[in-house]
Amino acid sequence: MSHSKLDLLQGTLDVMVLQTLAAMGSMHGYGIARRIEQVSGDAVLLNQGTIYASLVRLQQRGWISAEWGTSSNNRRAKFYSITKRGRKQLSEDAAYWLRLSGVMGRVLALQEGAGED
Amino acid sequence: MDWLRQFFQRFRASFRGAQLDREVEAEMLAHVQFATEENLEHGMSPAEAHRKALIQFGGPQQSKEQHREARSLPLLESFFQDLRFGFRVLWRSPGFSLLAIFCLTIGIGVNAAVYSWIEGLLFRPYPAVAHQERLLAIAGTSRGESGPTAVSWPDFVDLQRNCTLFDSFFVSKIMGTTLSIGDRAERAVGSIVSANYFDALGVRPILGRGFETGEDVGRGAHPVTVISYQLWKGRFNGDPLIVGKTQRLNGVLHTIIGVAPEGFYGTFVGWAMQFWVPVSMEDTFEAGGYKLEDRSARWIEAYARLKPGVSADQAQQEISAVAKRLESDYPATNRGRGIKLWSLWQTPFNNAGTLLPTLSVMLAVATFVLLITCANVGNLLLVRSFARRHEMSVRVAIGAARGRLLSQLLTEGLILAAFAAGGGLAVAHWCRRLLVLLLPARGGVTMHLPGELDWRVLSLSVAVCVLSTLLFALAPAIRASKVDTAAALKLESAAVFGGRGKSWLRAGLVLVQVSLSFVLLVGAGLLMLSLQRIRSASPGFSTQNVLVTGIDLVGSGYDTQRARIFQDELIHRVQALPGVESAALARTTPLGYGTFSSAPVSVDGYVPPPDEKPAVEYNQVGPGYFSTLGIALTGGREFTPADNEATAAVAVVNETMVEKYWHGRNPIGERLQVNDKWMQVVGVAKTSKYESVRELPKPFFYVPLRQNPAINTALNLRTRLGPERMATALAQEVHSIDANLAPYEVITLQEQLDRSTSAQRVAVTLTGILGGLALFLAAIGLYGVMSYTVSQSTRELGLRMALGASPSDLFRLILSRGLTLTAGGIVLGLAVAFACARVLGYLFYKVNPHDPLVFASALLVLTIVTLVACFLPAWRATRVDPNVALRYE
Repeated sequence: MSHSKLDLLQGTLDVMVLQTLAAMGSMHGYGIARRIEQVSGDAVLLNQGTIYASLVRLQQRGWISAEWGTSSNNRRAKFYSITKRGRKQLSEDAAYWLRLSGVMGRVLALQEGAGED
Repeated sequence: MDWLRQFFQRFRASFRGAQLDREVEAEMLAHVQFATEENLEHGMSPAEAHRKALIQFGGPQQSKEQHREARSLPLLESFFQDLRFGFRVLWRSPGFSLLAIFCLTIGIGVNAAVYSWIEGLLFRPYPAVAHQERLLAIAGTSRGESGPTAVSWPDFVDLQRNCTLFDSFFVSKIMGTTLSIGDRAERAVGSIVSANYFDALGVRPILGRGFETGEDVGRGAHPVTVISYQLWKGRFNGDPLIVGKTQRLNGVLHTIIGVAPEGFYGTFVGWAMQFWVPVSMEDTFEAGGYKLEDRSARWIEAYARLKPGVSADQAQQEISAVAKRLESDYPATNRGRGIKLWSLWQTPFNNAGTLLPTLSVMLAVATFVLLITCANVGNLLLVRSFARRHEMSVRVAIGAARGRLLSQLLTEGLILAAFAAGGGLAVAHWCRRLLVLLLPARGGVTMHLPGELDWRVLSLSVAVCVLSTLLFALAPAIRASKVDTAAALKLESAAVFGGRGKSWLRAGLVLVQVSLSFVLLVGAGLLMLSLQRIRSASPGFSTQNVLVTGIDLVGSGYDTQRARIFQDELIHRVQALPGVESAALARTTPLGYGTFSSAPVSVDGYVPPPDEKPAVEYNQVGPGYFSTLGIALTGGREFTPADNEATAAVAVVNETMVEKYWHGRNPIGERLQVNDKWMQVVGVAKTSKYESVRELPKPFFYVPLRQNPAINTALNLRTRLGPERMATALAQEVHSIDANLAPYEVITLQEQLDRSTSAQRVAVTLTGILGGLALFLAAIGLYGVMSYTVSQSTRELGLRMALGASPSDLFRLILSRGLTLTAGGIVLGLAVAFACARVLGYLFYKVNPHDPLVFASALLVLTIVTLVACFLPAWRATRVDPNVALRYE
């Protein structure tokens, strides 16, 4: 296991996809995958293929919608965009992750012997 | 609702697999192309760019699999796979599949048929009636008497008035009449009902109306009738203008006010009612005068409908409290009397009570047959699983999980069971009317004993189907999925005859079949013996050479005086008929379906226990009754024409009554008080059977017909002539006295006795049929196991032969193996049968549940069947050619 790359926690990929679509508008699968890699500074361990399971799951939940279209270099691809319900879900999920990372950060910031203060 | 939406999406996706796969493949292809293009922009060579793109993407197959799992229901998909594969496998071995389906069809069909009978006759006997689960039957109780009694109309009205937990109470009392329409006269069965009858049942007449409030009040005030759909169609040709027309019933002109809907047969389990009249017409149809104002006249059979949510216990408590009040308000008529509620399936006054024990035995027998079937099919599957070892090993070797193999095999079992369930329901459908065929016909009664295949029966049958799949398919599936890949792939040759390790499961299943068949055989044997004992037992009167018939005088408007003149004239003429040795009238005939009256009695020197009002059943009989029926007198004399209105009241008592009331002293010359009237005991008769062959000896007495007149009587004849010849002569005599009269059917007392034991006969016939089926299935099972073992141990048999075993040695070897299996099964069956035989007790009559003869016969039959089933495999074993066998494989 590489020390430099992070394994994705269950459900985190879905949130990343939603956030990416919310920020960037309509995108195809490759675009989403690349965007996540870039934003994370290539710190996330991502088999790009796994993004499709996440996309179909989100689509079935009605959080994103999909449409076949043509890319800038004239290639047919499926373009995804976030729905109204997806934005609502994202704001809930984002709040949860922020709280969780905040708590994790504080817990991990505890120093040895800090309890004796 | 999110999960529901998701479930539907996934469910839909499961059926669009191919299309979605194509779509996601195109998407992934585009993905890799995007990546390759980007890599090219970074200056990689085309080959390097493509390779890098694929690495970034990860395993495409894995991604597709993830996609599939994320979008659909994996369990459903694999089930469909199993289903498709299962059909293919079963299609490839049609012989096996058909045999398994055939056996299971028998097992499931027998069960479905019995369930449908129980549903249609006991639990929901009135299909046209809504909410039958809230209906209860009402009967009276009398302290000191074990059986249920009828209820009086005033008591019934008080129940209706004082109980709050019931929606309604209604009366339905069976009666009969002779219907003359056009030139055809036939007996018809009808009911005397309370005015709320159709409303309480929720049955709407299809023409006209039901009865209205108040039509059950006033003696003879409402001569109206509702007729059945069958009567309307059959006898009135479906006349659309029937309402308002009139029909003479028992001599009184009745207006037809309605026609009941098709499928409504009234509320008497077993018989189809043809017409209904309100209780105000009671004395037109019932002997014994107008009883609506008489609290001591108990004649009503009634039902009640509970309010929703009221339990039977609460209802019984309320009704008991009301009965208690009636007891203290009317001590003269109600002392020691109570009211009891019965579930419909226990209704004491129709055929439900007769059928209950028979059907419960049938239920047990059907379960046995199902178990035998499951063992049988389980065995077939096991045998096949050996033949499929290779296939299973290959699947395991290329990575199939054991769970998948298991679910595959169970699905195959489920397919078999589903086909069989379909077949079984068809069998049940055909058998719906079987019970009617098994019961003897009665003149003038349309029997109606249908099975009911409603959703309850269907879902129970489906449950049985699934359960039996688990029973017969699970063990073989577990065994089959536990393959030892390496050994099986080497195609190691098969079983060794001596080695028992591998065949214990198959042997065990045969053991189960044999033991259950043994139990069934013993049960059938005991029932048969019991029926034979019943039929040959002396009921206390002679059944041969005695004919019985009846003449309905009440229906023709006779009063007591006219009836007496008619009766005297009839006896006079009949005795003069050629071939008639003697003739006598009686109000009721023993073992018929009329009931005996009961009267309060008291005897000098007999002090009844407190709270008991001693009552004894009796019959009114004419001179010569005892000699005509052949009832022996152990003391005193029988009635003569001299015992009439002008002479002292006399009675003949039976021996059991002497035991109880005179403590065995000779009662002749003593006095007996009946209904406040004193009579002198002049004779003692041997105790005989009165209402049922199986009843215990009970106190009974006889009084002279002339001193205690009855309008309707039964005519008993002692003659050597058959009923057919006598019937014509009798009809002529009756006709020549009164042209409007015709006697009922003429039957022998033996026939009457046979009719009274019809329930036992049905039980014996059905158990016999099912026992035979079970035996057949067990034989198939045994044959299958033995012939499979022989075919699998060809090499070993050849070796034995080569080493000097003679064909007869091998023959004996196979036979002894089969007999050992049977012996094991019989020992097991013996234990079960010994323990279970008593359960059948209710249906037994004077039969030792452990009758050695029956057990020995069952043993013999099973041994013969074993020998037959093993003969062919054993014979084949002797034909093994050692040269071929040793080179085999």
